[in-house]
Amino acid sequence: MAGRFWAIFFMLAAVVTVAFTAIAPSYGYWFPGDGQAHTTLGKKIDDLFYLILIIVTVTYIGTHIALGYVLWRGAAIRQDDKVWFSHGSHALEVIWTIVPSGILLFIALYQMDVWRNYRIKAYFPKNTAAVAEVTARQFEWRIRYPAPGKTLQPRPQPDDVYTVNDIRVPAGQPVSINLRTDDVQHAIFVPGLRVKQDAVPGLVIPVWFEVTDTGTYDMTCAELCGWGHYKMKAQVVASSAEEFEAWKVRVAEEQSYDGIPKTPAVAANAGGE
Amino acid sequence: MSTITPDVGHPDAGGHDPHSHDHGHGHGHAEPAPLSLLWQLPTFSVDHKVIGLQFLITTLLMLMVGGALALGVRWQLAFPWERMPILGDTVFKADGGQIAPETYTMLVTMHASVMIFLVIIPILAGAFGNFLIPLQIGADDMAFPTLNMLSYWFMWPAIACFGASFFFGGGPGNGWTSYPLLSALAEAAPGSGLAQTLWLIGLTLIGVSSMMGSVNYMTTIINMRAPGMTLFRMPLTIWSMFITAILQAFALPVLTAAGFMLVADRTLGTCFFIPSGVVVNNAAPTIGGGQPLLWQHLFWFYSHPAVYIMLLPAMGMVSDMLACMSRKPIFGYKPMVYSLAAIAGLGFIVWGHHMFTSGMNPALGMTFMVSTILIALPSAVKTFNWLGTMWGGRLQFNAVMLNCIAFVSMFIIGGLSGIFMAAVPVDIYIHDTYFIVAHFHYVLFGATLFGCFGAIQFWFPKMFGRMMNDTLGKIHFVLTFVAFNCTFFPMHLLGVAGFPRRYADPYHFPYLEHLLSLNQFMTIAAIVMGFAQFILLANFFGSMFVGKRCGRNPWNANGLEWTTPSPPGHGNFDIPPVCYHGPYEYSSPLAHGNDYLPQTEYVPLTKRQSMAGGH
Repeated sequence: MAGRFWAIFFMLAAVVTVAFTAIAPSYGYWFPGDGQAHTTLGKKIDDLFYLILIIVTVTYIGTHIALGYVLWRGAAIRQDDKVWFSHGSHALEVIWTIVPSGILLFIALYQMDVWRNYRIKAYFPKNTAAVAEVTARQFEWRIRYPAPGKTLQPRPQPDDVYTVNDIRVPAGQPVSINLRTDDVQHAIFVPGLRVKQDAVPGLVIPVWFEVTDTGTYDMTCAELCGWGHYKMKAQVVASSAEEFEAWKVRVAEEQSYDGIPKTPAVAANAGGE
Repeated sequence: MSTITPDVGHPDAGGHDPHSHDHGHGHGHAEPAPLSLLWQLPTFSVDHKVIGLQFLITTLLMLMVGGALALGVRWQLAFPWERMPILGDTVFKADGGQIAPETYTMLVTMHASVMIFLVIIPILAGAFGNFLIPLQIGADDMAFPTLNMLSYWFMWPAIACFGASFFFGGGPGNGWTSYPLLSALAEAAPGSGLAQTLWLIGLTLIGVSSMMGSVNYMTTIINMRAPGMTLFRMPLTIWSMFITAILQAFALPVLTAAGFMLVADRTLGTCFFIPSGVVVNNAAPTIGGGQPLLWQHLFWFYSHPAVYIMLLPAMGMVSDMLACMSRKPIFGYKPMVYSLAAIAGLGFIVWGHHMFTSGMNPALGMTFMVSTILIALPSAVKTFNWLGTMWGGRLQFNAVMLNCIAFVSMFIIGGLSGIFMAAVPVDIYIHDTYFIVAHFHYVLFGATLFGCFGAIQFWFPKMFGRMMNDTLGKIHFVLTFVAFNCTFFPMHLLGVAGFPRRYADPYHFPYLEHLLSLNQFMTIAAIVMGFAQFILLANFFGSMFVGKRCGRNPWNANGLEWTTPSPPGHGNFDIPPVCYHGPYEYSSPLAHGNDYLPQTEYVPLTKRQSMAGGH
């Protein structure tokens, strides 16, 4: 029966896609790194992702079993058999309108507070500290930190600390960065932290996150920004609060070094140059 | 209706036997030559069928162009910076046979632009809309034939603009969305100069072409239906074309305005989208006062409804084909119509879901999320009704049916993956990754193009009086279906792995290195898929000359178009059609001895009453 062959063909496609997805994580075709989100909100995003994945997988398998069934049955009916003459069923229409709408509304409402906490300033954690201003440009990220012991000012200060393509933040506490761009639109994307936000010309957008684990996370640009879009490689380094402060002090000293020795030991070295 | 005598004396007018050539009723109409429409292609014909065919052949050729551009993209993703085969020594010679990064962004941009604006939109509304609307509603032609002719010929200046843009600065490289400032300032990228202006003008010209079409479709469907063709007796193809035309008419002016504003920003020094003090590539600071987000709102206000413009007609055509090939009425005709309308209505208030990470007011994100998730509901209702249509039917597993089943199956995947990105928090992660690429290819290729492949083979007999080869059709289908899934399904997983879109070389990021081999597999599948389309072209163009001759109604279908000669002459109907019932009365007990009941076939009242009494 040619018809049954096609019923199997379509079912096989569905089975292969599900099986491929099931084994994908073991080949690394899944969330990057250890597969975990390393921010508080990122973990909630992952939970929502897996919740939707379950709903979607059940729906996919269910609809494809139904598809396989109607194809198999349709192939079995002989050409001279009468078919079921039906224009539809009101009861079925009502059921398959109300049930999905309930599920969909649940999905929609269930997402609300994660989004609210992520983006609406009034719901940011109260103790969120602005650690840096990140300015995107073609094709690099420039990061401006306040001097040790000071707070970030909207305008650059003479004692600000700068890095390029290297965002340092303290882990274990909510921090925010002020995202802006010097030229065209860019977007910060840190997959391991589940953080993404466009940098829009003319706007300064605060992005907050709380890194839960110290470590180094890859960072990319997620908005087409020109021929070098793929080159905007950067990293986010999360360290303990003490290490972060110590790092900032060290870099501040390096960057404000004016050639005048501060201690005799350094003077000996500096004098030799 | 009383002035036209129903053709009850000739129940064979619909051609019950596909082999009989059905000309026994002595009306004295000569059957037109099979290729009569083809020979009119190079003319400024005002015949809707010729215009439809002009659109169809143009879009099929553009499909190959867009596919070639896609293979360029795939080559770079599988073999980054390696010498490109075939084109490396000619087109990319200046870059040492490599695809340069700015060339890569051009390929991405032009692949999308060609596929969306020169293939998907014109093949649905232009080709099938033109060909089918008058035939299916029983009209002689469109309401405005000259406008219709212009709508086709305005495609060519647009194609010329797109084509010319390749020769300036390596072609426009700002994505098909062309977000400012990248697209607004000539200094921003090599392709942001004249190429971008040409691209915008081309886009506007296609808009003009679409607008002329949609005005025509609305007028024709409202005014020119045959006697008895009430709104709820229209085939779902017509409903979908009607709703698409409304979408286009209301959404397109916004894009046209935005296009002119961006051209003005680029050439006249206005600053609709340009804020002040921006320094791009050491050029002079911008004067400013504008907002780049404004473009995104205007662009997506059109381009989201446009996503449905690229899908709804295929949904309608697949509904028609599924009912015919299942020999069974469409399941839930009215819910199908209402869900089409619901998709269109909701389609106007979901554009913000493209902008969840754009920095727009986060409260908007919440409302757009609810509306976006709700738009899945009418899509789900349609899917269930397609399954219901096949349920218990006597399925004809020909190439048309296979493409339609693929449409349903692939649309389920594309629809379900959409839920991930409708959920804003999850979209934060997958936005601008390959998950998005997977999603829209499942909808636009998996659903729409498979629907079009089916529709080409279904209505080909009406165009040329010959059948397309079913075996070739099946080979083309299997190759395309398998290669399609091998190319695009892994993109979901790439997206979950954080693989960003529009990257000329993602592999210098350590967390993406291991995805190279998967990409190579996908590229090989994409090459197979690309070359499989030559089978379609060969089948299409070859069958015009050697296909099996057929009569008026080779599929034993019900629609009015099947009562006309194949191909119909100028003016379409030799017997003025009168419509007595809906288009999906397959296997109706009222049909005497047949499993179909053409819309023109009159069933006496007594018979209907006796059937009703029998229940």
